[in-house]
Parts: sequence; structure tokens; C-alpha cells
Amino acid sequence: MSKTIVVIPAYNEGGVIARVIENVRRVVPDFDILVVNDGSRDRTAREAAAAGAIVVSHSFNMGYGVTIQTAYKFAYANGYDFLVQIDGDGQHDPAFIPELLAPVVAGDTDFVVGSRFLGVESYRPSFSRRLGILFFRKLVSSLIGRTISDPTSGYQAFNRQVMRFFTTDVFPCDYPDADMLVTLNLAGFRIRELPVRMFANAAGKTMHSGFKPLYYMFKMCLSIFVTLLRNRQLYRR
Amino acid sequence: MPIKQQIFALVVSLFVFVFTIEMVRKKRLREEYSVLWLATSFTMFVLVVKYDWLVALTHLVGAELPTSTLFFGSIIFLILLAVQFSIKISRLSDQLKDLVQDNALMRHEFEKMRKGGERGPGAGDR
Repeated sequence: MSKTIVVIPAYNEGGVIARVIENVRRVVPDFDILVVNDGSRDRTAREAAAAGAIVVSHSFNMGYGVTIQTAYKFAYANGYDFLVQIDGDGQHDPAFIPELLAPVVAGDTDFVVGSRFLGVESYRPSFSRRLGILFFRKLVSSLIGRTISDPTSGYQAFNRQVMRFFTTDVFPCDYPDADMLVTLNLAGFRIRELPVRMFANAAGKTMHSGFKPLYYMFKMCLSIFVTLLRNRQLYRR
Repeated sequence: MPIKQQIFALVVSLFVFVFTIEMVRKKRLREEYSVLWLATSFTMFVLVVKYDWLVALTHLVGAELPTSTLFFGSIIFLILLAVQFSIKISRLSDQLKDLVQDNALMRHEFEKMRKGGERGPGAGDR
């Protein structure tokens, strides 16, 4: 029987994380739930453990990319066959976990990314964020040769081969979304996009504020550019 | 080159050379970081002693004054030093990332084993 884990990266999500775990458990009661606490200064780890999740904690804050890679390393080391990744702030509706996972479990694809722009009613991101998403949509879609409507989505599901690939140094830890899709495509993994529902962040928190969006776009473009320049041997599975 | 300038440049290059060696000897500076300092002070020393080499180099790079060539050389040295540090910091960041991840995963394993031990043999994961 295959083992599946739901991983939730969390940084200062106290007061929210327990509800997210409960909602996930309601949808997929048999799956293990892992919370990777990225050096939170609040009660995130304690609340997650009390809610019944497996908790792995960074000694200090390392950022989103490092946090999800810790989750992949945990899942790979512990023999999980499939992994679903969902944000810890409650933005991603867990009701879509079975739909995201189904084609991966069936072996029809290696990697599924959940899109908020494919028909299911979701919140509308801010204008600047929509602009950024549109830019990366065009860029990533042209690079990988198929349309990816939501290349910055962190709602994903994938199999053990992708898990293993992501535990290596190839994984782009700085901002692992658009360039991660390009990397996956270079490595020959099959990518699919399915509709999911995303809610607005209740706390109004975002990774992208101030000058960060500009830095993010610059960094992501640079990252994609050097990914394309690298020796293809690096991406051999 | 005026003799005053020459003496000053020699004293500075000798001071940098001796100071760097001393830091390495006292283990306050690692060998790998001393190479650029030693090479620069040595080059400066040679160019001051062999002034005609400095003049030839000045013509080669198209500068007007030999002192400009020395300034240009010191700027290149600083750039190389900054690049060396950037590369090192990138490597250290990667190593730190791996250490934090390993530490988190091992701490989880340790906690699991400790709880298992407290509950006695056969206790569950969570």
C-alpha cells in the first residue's frame, strides 16, 4: 500500500495552523501530516503537534524554499510514495487534495500544480501580483512548451521520483516556483495543472511586500536564465 | 617615482606581507584567504623595486601615470577579494542550509526515539 504525506511549511502560523491541519485531516484522514516549522517565534510548533501533526522544526528562520526542501527530505527518508504540499496560512482549500493527487497516484503524471485560475472560484490577487503572475505565466509557458496558468502556486502534489530530485542541490531554494517548473521540465518530468480553490490570506500576510516583488522578479528571471545555461547533465534523474 | 613615494610603497607592501604571515602563523587568518593579500603585497613590492616594469605595465594598460596603475591594481585586488568572499558566503549558506535541515530531521528522530523509550518498547510514532 502506498504512503502519502501532506506537508505544510509554516512560519508564525500560530492560531491558524491547527485549523489547517484539522481541515486537511477531514479530507484525507489516512494521510500523515507534516508541519515544518521554519523557526517560528510563536506557538506554531506546539499547536501543530497538539493537532496531531508530525512536527520538524528549523533552529532558525531559513525561508520558504529551505522549509519545503526539509519536508521533501523527511518524506523521502521515511519512504513516502506521494507528497501533497499545502500552505500553512489556510489559503489553499484542502478539499482539492484528492483531485490533485489522483493523476499522480494513477501514474499519469509526475507533478501536479494547483491553479487558482482554472475555473474554480478563487480569490482575486492584487493587481501587482496578477501582473507578476501573468509575466511568469508567459515566460514559463513559452519555456516549457505548455500553458501553466499559475506558475507561482505552492499547492502541489508529486511522486517519489520528484521527491528524490528535489532533495538534491538542483532544487532552487531561494524562490522555488517558476524556476522549479522549468527545472522539472528540463529533467523530463511530466507536469500537469489542475484547478484548485485558494482563499485570500486572512491575516493579510504576504512574502511579497515593499520592494520584494521587484527583487523577486529579478531573482526569478536570473534563476531561470542560469537554469537554462546549466549543463543538462545536472538535471539527469 | 620620487624616493619618498617609493619608500612609502615599500613600507606598506612589506607591512601587509609581514602582517598577513603573522596572522596566518597565529591561526587568526586561514591560508586560503592569505593568498590574495600576499600576492598583492608581493606584486606591489616588485613593481616599486623594478620601476621600469611598472612603467611598461602603465604603457600596456594605457594609463598616464605609474601611480594610476598601482591604484588600478589595488581596485582590482579589492574586487577579487569581494568576489572571493561572495563565493565563500554562498558556499557557507548552502552548508548552513544543509546543517539546519539535518539538525531539524535528526532532532525529530531523537525526540521520537526518546518518546518511544519513555513509553516502552513497541510505542507508536506519535
